[in-house]
Amino acid sequence: MTSSEGVEASPLLSVRGLTKLFGSFAACDAIDLDIGHGEIHALLGENGAGKSTLVKMLFGVLQPSSGTVSLEGKPVVIPSPGEARRLGIGMVFQHFSLFEALTVAENIALSLDPRTPLAKIAEETATISKAYGLPLDPSAHVADLSVGERQRIEIVRALLQNPKLIILDEPTSVLTPQEAERLFETLMRLKAEGRSVLYISHRLEEVQRICDRATVLRHGKVTGACDPKHETPASLARMMVGTEVAEVKRDSANTLGDILLQVNKVSVASRTPFAVALKDISLKVRAGEVLAIAGIAGNGQSELFDAISGEYPIADNDGIVLRGKPVGRLRINGRRLLGAGFVPEERHGHAAVSALSLSDNLLLARSRSDKKAFLAGGPLAIVKRDAILSAARRICSMMDVRKSGEDPAAGSLSGGNLQKFIVGRELDRQPSVLVVNQPTWGVDAGAASRIRQALVDLAKAGSAVIVISQDLDEIFEIATTIAVISDGRLSDPYPAGELTLEQIGLLMGGIHDSHSGEKSSGGDQTGMETAHAH
Amino acid sequence: MFEAILLTVITASTPLVIAALGELVTERSGVLNLGVEGMMIMGAVAAFATAQLTGSAYLGILGGIIGGGIFSLLFGFLTLTLVANQVATGLALTILGLGLSGQLGEAFVGMPGVRLQPIVIPLLSDIPFFGRVLFSQDLIFYMSVALVFGISWFLFKSRAGLKMRAIGDSHGSAHALGINVVRTRYLAVLFGGACAGLAGAQLSLVYTPQWVENMTAGRGWIALALVVFASWRPLRVLAGGYLFGAVGIGQLHAQLLAQSGGIAIPSQLLSALPYVATIVVLIIISHNRRTTLINTPASLGKPFVPDR
Repeated sequence: MTSSEGVEASPLLSVRGLTKLFGSFAACDAIDLDIGHGEIHALLGENGAGKSTLVKMLFGVLQPSSGTVSLEGKPVVIPSPGEARRLGIGMVFQHFSLFEALTVAENIALSLDPRTPLAKIAEETATISKAYGLPLDPSAHVADLSVGERQRIEIVRALLQNPKLIILDEPTSVLTPQEAERLFETLMRLKAEGRSVLYISHRLEEVQRICDRATVLRHGKVTGACDPKHETPASLARMMVGTEVAEVKRDSANTLGDILLQVNKVSVASRTPFAVALKDISLKVRAGEVLAIAGIAGNGQSELFDAISGEYPIADNDGIVLRGKPVGRLRINGRRLLGAGFVPEERHGHAAVSALSLSDNLLLARSRSDKKAFLAGGPLAIVKRDAILSAARRICSMMDVRKSGEDPAAGSLSGGNLQKFIVGRELDRQPSVLVVNQPTWGVDAGAASRIRQALVDLAKAGSAVIVISQDLDEIFEIATTIAVISDGRLSDPYPAGELTLEQIGLLMGGIHDSHSGEKSSGGDQTGMETAHAH
Repeated sequence: MFEAILLTVITASTPLVIAALGELVTERSGVLNLGVEGMMIMGAVAAFATAQLTGSAYLGILGGIIGGGIFSLLFGFLTLTLVANQVATGLALTILGLGLSGQLGEAFVGMPGVRLQPIVIPLLSDIPFFGRVLFSQDLIFYMSVALVFGISWFLFKSRAGLKMRAIGDSHGSAHALGINVVRTRYLAVLFGGACAGLAGAQLSLVYTPQWVENMTAGRGWIALALVVFASWRPLRVLAGGYLFGAVGIGQLHAQLLAQSGGIAIPSQLLSALPYVATIVVLIIISHNRRTTLINTPASLGKPFVPDR
C-alpha cells in the first residue's frame, strides 16, 4: 500500500473522458473521476444513469469505447476481471456472481491463484472473515445461505486478493439496518488500512454518513462532484434526478373503514428447499389503510404474496377472507373477480412477458376480470384489439409511462417505466384491495415517487393496500400500519408513527417482543431522517 | 457359468460407462449434447477402419477417439461458436452420424475384424475368480475404470474441475470471474466426443469385432439416460452402467430362453428397463430438491453469449 501522504500528488484511480457506446447510445459519456488513497468515494445516480456501465469498465467486464484509466499515475488497460484483480481492483456485485451449487471456499477459490490449495483458502477465508467481522462457514453450500451471508462471501473474496480499490455496487439494498451497520464498520476498517472504496448507492443518507466524496451521474454524464457531508439529501437528489423529486403527499388521517382483507392464522409449508414456510400468519387491512410489510429479502415475502394473491392457493379456505368471502382455495383470477388486484415482485417474466407488447401484457393479466371489456363473442373469446389498446393508452397517460412507440414490447421499457405500467394496470381497475410486492425495487427516484403517490391515493379513495417492501424509506413514506416479516412469521402490526428504525431492525432480525419496552424511546429521529431521504 | 456371465456383463457395460462419463463431463460444463449415439457410431467406424487399414487394434482405439472427437467439434462449432440450439444440434448430430458411418463403413461390411487382445496383468490375474474377471481384460476396460476415478478427481479435487462445475452452474458468473466459458466448453465437448468415440471403438474392436451398420443400437441414448440416472456423479455412472449393462445381457438371455421354449419374458420389456429405471430415479431424486440443485448443472443446455 502506498503511503496516504501522496493523495494530492497522484490519486489512486484517475479516469479521464471514459466513454462507452452501445451502437449510437452513449451509456457513459466522457466520464472524469478521481479516487484518492484511503477514500470512500460515492457514485450516485438513478437507474440507467451509467453507474453500472462505468464500474464494469473499471473491472474489465466491458471495454471502453474511448478514454483512459490510470492507476497511481500509470495509464492501464483492463481487458478482463482477472487483470483488474491483478491490478488491485476488487468488486462486489449487486447481483452476486456466486455459484449456488458450490461451497463458500470453492466460490472464493475460483477467483484466486489456482495454485493455492483449497484447504488453505478455507483457512484464510475463516481468518479474514473473522478479522473483518463477517462470520462465514467455508464449507457451507451457497444455496443454503442468506443474502447477507452471500454478500459477505463477495466481500471476503475481494479482500483475499488484497485490493487497493474495492467497488461495492448497492451493497446495503439487501441488508438489515444492523447488517448495514456492520458493513459500514468493515468499510471504515478498510479505509483505515489505506484502501479505497468506490461505493455505489442511491441511499443518500448512508452516502452522507460514510463517504468522503461523491460523483453524481445522470444520463451517462457527470453532473456533480461534491463532498456529500456538505450537501443535503435534497440537493444530492436534485443532482441525481435533475429536477426536484415530488414528495409523496398524504393526509395525516385516512378514515379507516371496514376490514377488506383478513388473513387468519395461515401456515404454509415451503414448496422448495429454498423457500420459506409461512408460520401462523394473521393480518387485517381496512379500507383506507396502507399496511406495509417490511423485511429482508427471502424471509417469506414472496410466499406470503403467493398465498394472498392465490398464485398458490392454500388448503384452509377460511384462512383468507376477501371482502367478507373466504377465498383461501380460490385462484388468482377468482380473487381478482372479487375486486382484488395483485402486482408481483419480478417485473420481467412474472408481472410482464418481456417479449410481448404492453397491450398483450394488459390482456394477459385482465382477460378474466375484464372479460366483457376486452373479449367479444362469448366462448369464442375474440380479442377486442381497440379496446385493449385504448386501455393501455389510458394506463400509460395515468402513470406517465414513457415509451418508445405506440405499443412497444414490455422488455424495451426501462425498469421504472415498466413498473409504472404494471402497477397502473391494476390501479386502472380501481381494485378495492391491492397487494404489491416490492413496488419500487430497482426503480429510479422519479418513477418510485409516482408509484408511491398512486398507492397512497388509492388508499385515500377507500381501498385497502398491502405493500411488501424491503425499502424502509418507502415504508415510512407511505405506510399507515407496519408489520415486519421474519423467517416466515409476521409481527404484530404497529401504527407507522410509533415504530422507529431500530425497532424495525430488531423485528427484521426476528426479535418480536422488543416493541413494548422501547415504545417511547428517543430513537425516532433516525426514522424521520430516512423517511425524507428521497 | 457365473464367471462367463460376469465377463459378458463387463463387456456390455464398458461402452455405456465410457460414453456416459464423457457426456457427464460435457454436461457438467453446461452443454447438453444429445449426439452421443452419433459420435459413438462415428468412433466405431473410425476405429474399425483404422484397425483394418493398419492391422493394429491399438491404432484402432486411437482412430475411434479421434473420430468421435472430431465429430463432436462439429457440435461444438455449431452450438458454442454459432450458438445454435443444443437440443436440435445434438439430434442432428446423431442422425448425421448414423447416416455418415453407414456410408463410410460400406466397404467394411462382412469383413472379419481385428480383435483387441486382453492384457493379462501378472500376479493380479492369478487371484482366483477376481483375477480372471478384472485383471485379464482389454485396455479399454482398464481405461474405463481409470476414467471413472480420474474424472471424479478432476471434477471434485482439481481447480480446473472446479472451474468447469462453476461454468455449468452459472456461465454468466463464471464469465464475470474471467473464466473462459467457451474454451472450457469446447474442451468438455471434445472430451465427451472422444469418450463416445472410445466407447464406439470398444463395440467394433471388442464387443463384436466387425462393422455392422447401426451397431451402436441405441447405446448412446442409454448413456445419456445413465448420466441423469447417476445424477451427474462419476461413481454412480459406474454402478448404473453395470446395472444397465446387466439388464442388456438379461435381455439377450430372455430371448434365448423364449426361443428354447422356456419362460417368456418379453424382450421389449427388458430393453425398456434402463429408461424405466431412469424415470424412477428422476422421480426419487426430484423429491430431494436440494441435492438435485447441488448436482444438476443449472445452466445445462442454455446458450452462452458474452455481453461484450
